[in-house]
Amino acid sequence: MIPTSRAFKENAREALGDPNLQKAMTNLRAGFVERRALMISRLPEWEQLRDQAVAIKKHALANLDFYLETFERNVEAYGGKVHWCRDAAEANAAVLAICRDLGAKTVTKGKSMIGEEMAVNDYLEANGIVPVETDLGEYIIQIRHEGPSHIIAPAIHLVKEQVAQSFRATHTQLDPKRKLDDARQMCDEARAIMRQKFLAADVGITGANFLIAETGSSIIVTNEGNGDLTQSLPRAHIVLASLEKVVPTLEDAATILRLLARSATGQEFSTYTTVSTGPRRASDIDGPGQYHVVLLDNGRSALLGTEFEDMLRCIRCAACLNHCPVYEAVGGKAYGWVYPGPMGAVLTPSLLGIEEAGNLPNASTFCGRCESVCPMKIPLPKMMRHWREREFSRHLSPLAARWGIALWAFLAARPFLYHALAEISARLLGFFGKRSGRFRTLPLASGWTDTRDMPAPQGRSFHSLWKALHEKAGP
Amino acid sequence: MPAGNRKPRVALFVTCLVDLFRPSVGFAAVKLLEEAGCAVEAPRAQACCGQPAYNSGARSAAKKIARQVIDTFQGFDYVVAPSGSCAGMIKIHYPALFADEPDMSAKAKELSSRSYELVSFLTDVMKLERVNARFDGAATYHDSCSGLRELGVKAQPRKLLASVSGLTLTEMRDAEICCGFGGTFAVKYGDISDKIVAEKCANVEAAQAGALLAGDLGCLLNMAGKLKRLGRKTKSWHVAEILAGMADGPAIGEAENE
Repeated sequence: MIPTSRAFKENAREALGDPNLQKAMTNLRAGFVERRALMISRLPEWEQLRDQAVAIKKHALANLDFYLETFERNVEAYGGKVHWCRDAAEANAAVLAICRDLGAKTVTKGKSMIGEEMAVNDYLEANGIVPVETDLGEYIIQIRHEGPSHIIAPAIHLVKEQVAQSFRATHTQLDPKRKLDDARQMCDEARAIMRQKFLAADVGITGANFLIAETGSSIIVTNEGNGDLTQSLPRAHIVLASLEKVVPTLEDAATILRLLARSATGQEFSTYTTVSTGPRRASDIDGPGQYHVVLLDNGRSALLGTEFEDMLRCIRCAACLNHCPVYEAVGGKAYGWVYPGPMGAVLTPSLLGIEEAGNLPNASTFCGRCESVCPMKIPLPKMMRHWREREFSRHLSPLAARWGIALWAFLAARPFLYHALAEISARLLGFFGKRSGRFRTLPLASGWTDTRDMPAPQGRSFHSLWKALHEKAGP
Repeated sequence: MPAGNRKPRVALFVTCLVDLFRPSVGFAAVKLLEEAGCAVEAPRAQACCGQPAYNSGARSAAKKIARQVIDTFQGFDYVVAPSGSCAGMIKIHYPALFADEPDMSAKAKELSSRSYELVSFLTDVMKLERVNARFDGAATYHDSCSGLRELGVKAQPRKLLASVSGLTLTEMRDAEICCGFGGTFAVKYGDISDKIVAEKCANVEAAQAGALLAGDLGCLLNMAGKLKRLGRKTKSWHVAEILAGMADGPAIGEAENE
């Protein structure tokens, strides 16, 4: 996926003018925000759970090398293999080598954000292998040749009419006059089509919500059951996972799972929680013949020990997206790459560089709602600010903004000069704004006044009035 | 609280927006603080808390301003700002800003321990239970983000507003959601900011209150500016103006006699 994060402003403008997108985004509230709030209100130990989960992840990150090596040892003990990959290119090559080895023609895929990060579908297709997404949302965006707009609901930016249209255009073998008015009908249609793909697939690729060091297992959660068919029917199961997914024990994963579904979809638990440990054993009636974990770093280990390390606690629940006023206004595609919303505003610059993704940490009001709902207590606004600092110190922020800040800081550190200028401004603006009480246009502030009035100052600065009052009163 | 019967010496951190746009908010704050038993001063060697620089990534400029503020407000029992955003900057972010400088860090923490947002200071420190003010009509209150999430300002303004005679508080939907101001965000990402404030204005209108109140002038300029552009009759006030009974002049963004 070629990033368009540089064009965030243009993307956002387009999104704001897209009536389908705007209609689709109204689903966030009932679908996620309200259900999450209800679930959490029923769980008195919520805050303690958060603290426990943070402690688990902090411990795992502080001992990441140990737990990853333990994980690898246990994967191998159960007959699987771990492929250590520094970047997306290495990870794609590892996946292709496994597929080639098996002479694979088609691959089914469960939802995986690491797969999006690798653009593994494009890579496989370019190498003559057909990837089929089996998560309904991922399937929809795959047939539309789009990227995901949300980390757990990839097609949230679409309304059902758009989905129906794509189904008709793609499933041309079906009766063109069939009814496709509601989600149920579309779901059934996708299910029937996918069933054949599941049976035909040579390799199944899934993501991982957790890697368990003590057992060498991977865990995925889904609501559609597609992950189970993806990983158990084909001859090989490939798990795509980034290295910070590892936790020490199954017990640790169980603790974090209690936070995950509640934060993500407002469920107590996802419908399916699937633990995979190694390939099929002799006594198993089914299961894949091979079990591979493609373990991707892609810049994450470089975040350890930096001010961005806390980001590696993220469990991809998307609560920060769902509660972000900016995300709600523009949707996920405006962010221009795989990870949108507040978590994307921190992670994308970490993975793509601040030159590409500088807009993202700037496009936040710092309202702090993301941090307040984050089950892993990740200080997202603080880290966005750190990105702004890196940008500023490397002179990447716009010149006008830099000069504006420099001038402001110069004045603010010289209060008496500042007061003189404030009084002049208050008088001038107060004078010109007196008649209507507000301005419809103001020089240098069109970003504001294009859409809003600017209230006029009352006409004198506080400090000049205060001084006058206290000089008159005398000592 | 100072020992003995001496009145607590309170420095008003005026905030740059109140200084420039709406000094009446500053005077309302002074009145409320004096009525609550404080001796109020407004040190002249103050300008801005440094938040615009801090949030723009200009850390060293922010530090320079913060040092100036820390010096200016030494020796007062309390520092009080009619803004959750500026108070949050001083109380929460100054200590973070100087985390790597032990000397300054101690000073920043010491200032932090004496610094408050106005309304929460009145209720939580001065133990004010009610105010002596009148405002006829229904009002709705917007929770500004920094005050709410950094300082826990939520119940305090509602408690004091309940004591204003003639005022009925009508809660709007999503009072806790950002108005889209975000400082320079409102200009840099103007069309996103506009979309968010338009949503807020729809909620304000649905609450059917004649007045919109909040504790931060930045948010108020944004919301009032949008309400006016939309041609709404809603009047916007800083909560201090209502609590001090000083809502007799033009509301934010309004002319005389509007």
